Amino acid sequence: MTEKILLKGNELLVEAAIEAGCRFYAGYPITPQNEVPEMMSWRMPQAGGVFIQAESEIAAINMIFGASAAGARCMTSSSSPGISLKQEGISYIAAAELPCVIVNMQRGGPGLGNIRAAQGDYFQAVKGGGHGDYHLIVLVPATLGELYDLTMHAFDYADYYRNPVMILGDGILGQMAEPVEKRPYKPILNLPPKEFVLDGCKSRPPRVIKTLYLHPADSLVRHNLHLQEKYAQIQRELCLYEEYETDDAEVVVSAYGITGRVAKGAVKAARKEGLKAGLIRPLCVWPFPAQPYQRAAQKARHFLVVEMSHGQFIEDVKLAMDCKRPTSFLGKGGGWYPMEEEILEQIRRLAGTKRKPAAKKIGKR
Amino acid sequence: MNWESVSGSSAQRRWDECAHGRPPAVATGIKRVLPDRIVFTYQGDGDLAAIGTAETIHAANRGENITIIFVNNAIYGMTGGQMAPTTMIGQWSTTTPDGRGRFGEGGPIRVCEMLSALGGVCYLERVSVSSPKDVMKAKKAIKKAFENQIAGKGFSLVEVLSMCPTDWKLSPLEALDFVNDKMKAAFPLGVFKDRQS
Repeated sequence: MTEKILLKGNELLVEAAIEAGCRFYAGYPITPQNEVPEMMSWRMPQAGGVFIQAESEIAAINMIFGASAAGARCMTSSSSPGISLKQEGISYIAAAELPCVIVNMQRGGPGLGNIRAAQGDYFQAVKGGGHGDYHLIVLVPATLGELYDLTMHAFDYADYYRNPVMILGDGILGQMAEPVEKRPYKPILNLPPKEFVLDGCKSRPPRVIKTLYLHPADSLVRHNLHLQEKYAQIQRELCLYEEYETDDAEVVVSAYGITGRVAKGAVKAARKEGLKAGLIRPLCVWPFPAQPYQRAAQKARHFLVVEMSHGQFIEDVKLAMDCKRPTSFLGKGGGWYPMEEEILEQIRRLAGTKRKPAAKKIGKR
Repeated sequence: MNWESVSGSSAQRRWDECAHGRPPAVATGIKRVLPDRIVFTYQGDGDLAAIGTAETIHAANRGENITIIFVNNAIYGMTGGQMAPTTMIGQWSTTTPDGRGRFGEGGPIRVCEMLSALGGVCYLERVSVSSPKDVMKAKKAIKKAFENQIAGKGFSLVEVLSMCPTDWKLSPLEALDFVNDKMKAAFPLGVFKDRQS
């Protein structure tokens, strides 16, 4: 029998992480993710793990570096300004190929911004953020059920690929509550032994975890090529998305995270009106799921991208379908939330145009 | 900078490099996950007392059961002789061409004195390696800092005054005199904290 639990997203994240075997958490308070360190402070000791309130986000991410090197499943969390501070450590962790989970419950930016939900950290999460050529695997849940599952999967992806994984949520996802079936953790991948762990080398040769490659001169070039091979493998193997009513869709809406959930409501409403609308909602934005977009672009006349930022996600949508179809944009940053009716209005407008309309921007980019 | 951890009973070493200034945080992560392993950091003055001041102070204040070997040569060596947080008043560096000023640049940060006020700290000693006698004392202090960790006593730091003839633009012998005459005056040797339990 499965147990149903009712928790806020931030709290559910803690339960999912502990269920998945996370035994080390370090973080620093920032709204709207404070429930994570607060709950970790008592849940982690219960589970026999370590909780540390670090002196800064920089220290927290570096504690994760150490905990991962020592072999623990580990996690840190923050919100936008704090994630910016973590970028130094994230680059080092990616370079050292240490598995860990980093959660960003995004808030309005740039700068200190505000504490409303936003999606303005998309480029930072997906295109880099820190220095150097590296990628995070970036998961974007839209419901608390997805948050629960993807959090557990995140630890598997991290261990399997030896790569940091980011859960890119937002203030709404962190603060809202909905009932979720508590599922026991089961690894979804055949996890390799952690042969990099620094846990004492009495009966084996010493290991090195490093990010500095000076000698020979081409060692860093080779390390980068190795990383790129790994990223290519991840791109071949990871493709997560939800597709809804796209088979005959003339207008395909695309959005991720909480925005994707609102967009799905708008698509459902449009279908009730007899409009041929569909939805592509990625669950992972790096690697980006290009296939559904390429398929949909063969039939659809128009795409509509919705995001709580000024045109970041839309770039990947256009790239995924090689700009084959005109793509409209509905989005704003700084804590603007899309309303179902607003999206529906755009679907009506785009569906009502019989001839291929020119790409028109709605809202400010 | 570099830091390393040494397995308890063998001489084999495992190295782990992390970001400049962050070793106390990384060491915290390792030590908390593997509390029975010996974990130490090896840090310079810029690393420990400038970019990593927060990590140093808070690891010390939490009483992390780690050992820090802090090498103070009053200058940034690896980057070519710029001012360090421990550069002394009047001392020349490539970024203090007129000598470090008390105002504007500020005086040298005395790490052992600063950390001695924190409750989590077990052991602080400043030593030198500028004479055979000093080297013997330094060895004893470093041994003690590791013994403290094995006994679970908490945070131990040994500050080692050391030479950088290259960036001081001195001969090796002159560099020894520089430590003995100038640095020991600015950074008095001795035990600043030695908590028994």
